[in-house]
Parts: sequence; C-alpha cells; structure tokens
Amino acid sequence: MPETTAPDRPRLAPGVRLHFDQTRNAWVLLGPERVIETEGPASEILRRCDGTRTLSQIVDELAALYTAERAEIEGDVKDMLTELVSKRMVV
Amino acid sequence: MSAPENLSSPLGLLAELTHRCPLACPYCSNPLALDQRADELDAATWARVFREAAAMGVLQLHLSGGEPASRRDLIEIAAAARDAGLYTNLITSGLGIDAARLARLKQSGLDHVQLSLQDVDAETADRIAGYHGAHARKLAFSRMVVEQQLALTINVVVHRANISRVSALVETAAALGAGRVEIAHAQYYGWALRNRKALMPTPAQVAQAMQEMESIRPRYAGRLVIDMVVPDYYARRPKACMGGWARRSLNVTPSGRVLPCHAAETIPGLEFWSVRDRPLAEIWRDSPAFLAFRGTDWMREPCRSCDMREIDFGGCRCQALAIAGDAAATDPACELSPLHTIMRKLAESDASTDDDEYQYRGRSAAELAIAIPVR
Repeated sequence: MPETTAPDRPRLAPGVRLHFDQTRNAWVLLGPERVIETEGPASEILRRCDGTRTLSQIVDELAALYTAERAEIEGDVKDMLTELVSKRMVV
Repeated sequence: MSAPENLSSPLGLLAELTHRCPLACPYCSNPLALDQRADELDAATWARVFREAAAMGVLQLHLSGGEPASRRDLIEIAAAARDAGLYTNLITSGLGIDAARLARLKQSGLDHVQLSLQDVDAETADRIAGYHGAHARKLAFSRMVVEQQLALTINVVVHRANISRVSALVETAAALGAGRVEIAHAQYYGWALRNRKALMPTPAQVAQAMQEMESIRPRYAGRLVIDMVVPDYYARRPKACMGGWARRSLNVTPSGRVLPCHAAETIPGLEFWSVRDRPLAEIWRDSPAFLAFRGTDWMREPCRSCDMREIDFGGCRCQALAIAGDAAATDPACELSPLHTIMRKLAESDASTDDDEYQYRGRSAAELAIAIPVR
C-alpha cells in the first residue's frame, strides 16, 4: 500500500476548489461529490496550497499568523495535508 | 421569513437538461415517459434556477440528462452555472462533445466531468448501451478530458453482465487518468425495474464483487478515489436515500418539475411544482411532494421508533413503492421490514433466470438489430 505524505508544494487537486459559502458562512472545499467544511486554520492552510508556496513556507506563514510554535504548526499542517492527499483533494 | 426547524439548506441540484440521449442503457434513471424536447426549459430559465439554487445554499450542480450535450446551448447553460458560483459537474456519455466544444466548456468554468462506461470491452459495453461504437467514442472522449486537464470521474453502473469485472473496471478508470471512479450497483426503478430480470446479479456475484473492491482499494490510495453505491436487494439495512427525502438535494426535470429525487415521479399522488410557476426556494420549502416524506413525522413502525430513523431516513421511498406497493412503508432493503425476505427472494429469482434480453428505451427490436450487430 503506497504511503501518502504531504507534498513539497501542495496544491488543490484538479476539480477541487475552495469556496466561501455565504449561506453557511464558512469556507468549504468542493470536489467531485465532496463538500468539506473547513474551520479557520484549515482554510488558511488551504488558501496557501497554490502550487507555488513550499510546505515550509506555508508552515512559516501559519506560525506567524497564529503566533504559535513552528514545530506544532508543522505537525498540524502535515497531518491535515496528508489526510487530504489520501482523499485526493490535495496533490 | 423564518424557516421551519426541520428545513435544512440543500447542497446539491441535479439539472436534467434534456431526456434526449443517443444511448438506451437498460438501467436508465430517466422515467419511462420522457419529457419532450419542445417542453424543455430554455437557457435563461436554467440560469435563473441556478442563481436561486446558489442563494438557497446549493453548492454543487450536476448537469445531467439524458445526454446534456444534446442541448445546443450547453455552453451557455454551463457558463450560467459557474456565474452563479456553483461547483459544476457535467454528467455525460461523451457523445456529442468534440475537443473544441470541451475546450469551450472548460473556458466557461466547468469544474468536473463524469463519464459513464458500460464495461471494459467494446462489444459488451455497446450491447449494454444499445449503441454500436459508443465505447470507443467514450474512450476517445476521456482522453480529451484528461488532455485538457479537466478532473474526470468514471461512473459504471454494475449489474449481471459486467459485475464479474469490477476490478478491471476500476483499473480502466485509473489507466484513463480518472481521479475518481464510481462503481454503482443498479438501482431498480423505472427502466432498471423493467429490466430487473436481465440485470440482477446473484448473491454470490455481489459478494465476490464487494470483496474484490475492498481488496483493491488500498492499491489506489491517494491516486484514485473509489466510491461504491451498494446493492440494495442484498443489503441488511437500507441506504439513506438522497441523504433523506427533501433534505439535501433537489432534481429539476427537463420541463421544470422539481423532484426530491430523480425517481420520485414513480410515486402516484405526489404533487410536483414547477420552476416555471414558482421560485425554487418556495418549492423546496412548501411543495407537497417535498413535504410528503421530509423529516420523520410520516413514518410508521418499525421506522417510527427506530434508532436509525435519522440516519437512514427509512431508506428509499421509491423502492418501498416498487416492492411494498406503498411509498410510506419501510424500505424492504431493511431487515426489519416484513417484506425483506420477499425482496431478497425476488432478486435471487430474477438473478437465476437466463433471460439476458434488455428492453431499451426508445428502441424497437428492428432498430436494435441495425444498431447492434448480434455476435
């Protein structure tokens, strides 16, 4: 079974986009037959998954945004992206 | 205006742009009586429906049919969908879309393409589709979708003629470059109900297919999303059909009638409202067809006191009608239904027949003899 890992320059998979849902007042990740509601930090991470920023840059930016320990943020970002890679929402 | 407590915002809209289709699949989800071309909604009306849907909270739109590409104004309709902010999925056979038309669809903002395949090889696939040459054209279309970097799902309806090849079907989807594959066991309403004898797999075939699917799933992790629609007739508990009646999605027919699910018109006595007469939000909230089975108040025993009532919502109303003759009965797919054993026996009996002749929509036997050379 192939292991999934967080990509070096993560981007949303083809057919996946982040959308602000006015009715539910939340950012949602939309893909084929998939709607994933994202909370504050998750949407901040996903907005930076543009295929140009590196994983490390995203972690730096999140650490600065939330004035948090870089190591802790790094773990959270990697976990979330790995999960989304396995669901093929991020590549 | 305050919404009733049990009223949620819908997430999905299935827009049946037309019932016209070059294929004649024997499990077609369209009704036995098709809407006529002259009655189809025009592009401007669809655009209004899409805006109203987005304002109600709909996030995902499926442009479907029939074959949506049979509409000459498909590009205009797709553009209106994207302008409304909807995640737009085109459900197609691929027939009637060349590279230039696909490029224009992409430019108009189409998010995703779902292509149906009938089998892994052309001969059986074309026989199922009732159209000679369809399979080769579908493969060519899938290459165009991938070349143009559009996201692709392959959908395969599974039944007796192809169920022994589920692994090969998944591998075909992966090889074509799909990001997702749907292996959907046929749902027996409308055309599929009429063809049930020829479509129903045996319990052993279903068990084998389910086991194969589970064993190959890890191989595709992160590469191909595999979704399954379960085979109701051999299930122990019913599916949460549509995520609950009138709870998450709506369906608009080519002529504008709004249904809680695509098969809802098989239920006699339901009153459907049309987008020609009323705003979509009002139909969602108040139309008699939506109110008929929304929530749990309509339920009788064993559903009414069941712990699963807000999880499976009593299963499928159309299936309850088809088997129990009563749309308010417990879906016989549930082992708590008094008809559960009968339903399984029906399936086993159909599956044991040698009758492999399909009744195709819109095709006479003479037409088929020309369209499908028999082996």
